[in-house]
Amino acid sequence: MHNNPSDLIIVDQLSKYYRVANKQPGFKGTLKHFFDRRSYDVPAVTNISFKISQGEVVGFLGANGAGKTTLLKMMCGLIHPSTGLVDVGGFSPQRRQTAFLKEITLVMGQKQQLIWDLPPMDSLYVNAAVYGLSDHEAKARINELADMLELGEELTRPVRKLSLGQRMKSEILAALLHKPSVLFLDEPTLGLDVNAQARVRSFLSEYNKRTGATILLTSHYMADITALCPRVICIHKGSLFYDGDLDSLANSLSPSREVKVELKNSCSSDQFEKYGEVQDLNDRFVCLLVSRDKLTDVVSNLLTDFDIIDLEIGDPPIEQLIGELFIKGDIN
Amino acid sequence: MKRYIKTIRLFWSTAFASQLEYQLNFLIELLAMLGTLLGSVFILSLFFTGGRQLGDWTWESALVIQGVYTFLDGLTNALLRPNLTEIVNYVREGTLDYVLLKPIDSQFWLSVKKFSFAGLPEIILGLSIVFWAATQSGTSFSFYLLSVFIISLFVGFVILYSVWFLIAASSIWFVKTWNATEVLRALLAAGRYPISAYPVILRFIFTLVLPVAFLTTFPAEAILGELQFNILFFGLILSSLFFIFSRFFWKFALKHYTSASS
Repeated sequence: MHNNPSDLIIVDQLSKYYRVANKQPGFKGTLKHFFDRRSYDVPAVTNISFKISQGEVVGFLGANGAGKTTLLKMMCGLIHPSTGLVDVGGFSPQRRQTAFLKEITLVMGQKQQLIWDLPPMDSLYVNAAVYGLSDHEAKARINELADMLELGEELTRPVRKLSLGQRMKSEILAALLHKPSVLFLDEPTLGLDVNAQARVRSFLSEYNKRTGATILLTSHYMADITALCPRVICIHKGSLFYDGDLDSLANSLSPSREVKVELKNSCSSDQFEKYGEVQDLNDRFVCLLVSRDKLTDVVSNLLTDFDIIDLEIGDPPIEQLIGELFIKGDIN
Repeated sequence: MKRYIKTIRLFWSTAFASQLEYQLNFLIELLAMLGTLLGSVFILSLFFTGGRQLGDWTWESALVIQGVYTFLDGLTNALLRPNLTEIVNYVREGTLDYVLLKPIDSQFWLSVKKFSFAGLPEIILGLSIVFWAATQSGTSFSFYLLSVFIISLFVGFVILYSVWFLIAASSIWFVKTWNATEVLRALLAAGRYPISAYPVILRFIFTLVLPVAFLTTFPAEAILGELQFNILFFGLILSSLFFIFSRFFWKFALKHYTSASS
């Protein structure tokens, strides 16, 4: 494998199998399981390869159980790979060397590290000590980040009395105290309301611009991905099936575009069938799916054939495309 | 090293602050501790009234053992129980991930994160009993005697810690460990009485298989000036082996850590 110096993260033919014991139901099964234990390997991630350059923001997409979290945890060194190689900034993550750990951070939306009964400030100073920051450095860093995250007196209120949004922002502050250059974010906006999500998103994008940190993110909210990640990596059933920019993902997922038309008079759906697939027809509003290569012809035909008040062309929502994809199972 | 000392200081000051956060609970904890102390004193008073001998120990020297036991029990309540019983939760809830990604030894973090101040009075009482009873039985304290006593106490504590940590570390596989705390408390409680008070077969087991003798009897012998040097030497080697094994076992366990899923 050729190593380009700009590649910060190299993942090469990475796989992870979990050993799972197979137990038949019932008492007989239990006995059999006790004396003759049969186990088999369940693949969580199979043969994934990609490279990520410094400063990139990459989104990991996939249904629940697709292997996103396992992949992320192998990259930050929590899970030992079964086969294959991970290299993050020249380090082998699973060795968890101090120099490596000082460069990375992990934020998990559904797990917290702040001490529940105390204000975030106390936990922040504990973290500062663990990372060997002086009180002076810690203070400056906390002020800087609190400013960016719009956190004020929340930092001196017990964590249990904070709202989920405030708590998540404090968690992010705690995770970034040591100026990590690689951020692993596992669903950082989980459970937040729309405003709080937007604030976390704008913070992350600002942080990326200011510090040039590399951000790897998984999320169930498509809005996170579309707002933050120019590049996405899609994982399906443990394998990689797409790695590239978000726009071409939409193209490859759906070869059609959406044409929305507002008519002067109401029409029936069979009048539109020759132009494209009718998605929706409601009195004077029609929504058509038209393949990309026919788009210009269809639009000019529509304009000559009907009395049209308004016409709008767009991509079908990516959320819907990916949702369909995960339901359907396989892309090709 | 400086970083570790500063970290411990912050761990314990936040632990103290957490405990003070619930005023009523803290008061109740103080009361419960007072109750425990009164209980220990009552049991001790039984030794006074009986005037009997346990094994070949006079009651004063048996009292020294009670003192060592009380001291270790206090240390258990202050340090071992709050930290080591928490390991299961770290594993089950997946917050162990955060600990493992800190640039600090994870065994260190898991072993000293908390400190329960309610254990302190028991520690002080234990030491007071040891010194009072040792004086009563005619010990003249010397620097050498005190050093041997401190070393043998340390040996006992390290063995207790290592065994406890080993069991707690196995939660990486079993997630919910069987109630290990109770087993270890029973082990420690077995050390309330001089080893020679037990039948020969138990004496053998408590010295070589489950090193209960090292927890209480040998430190007590040390302050009474009766500990043989080769036993102290053996204890040092044994406790080092236990400790090294606990570290090795932890590293081994982490290779099998799969992390709680999201």
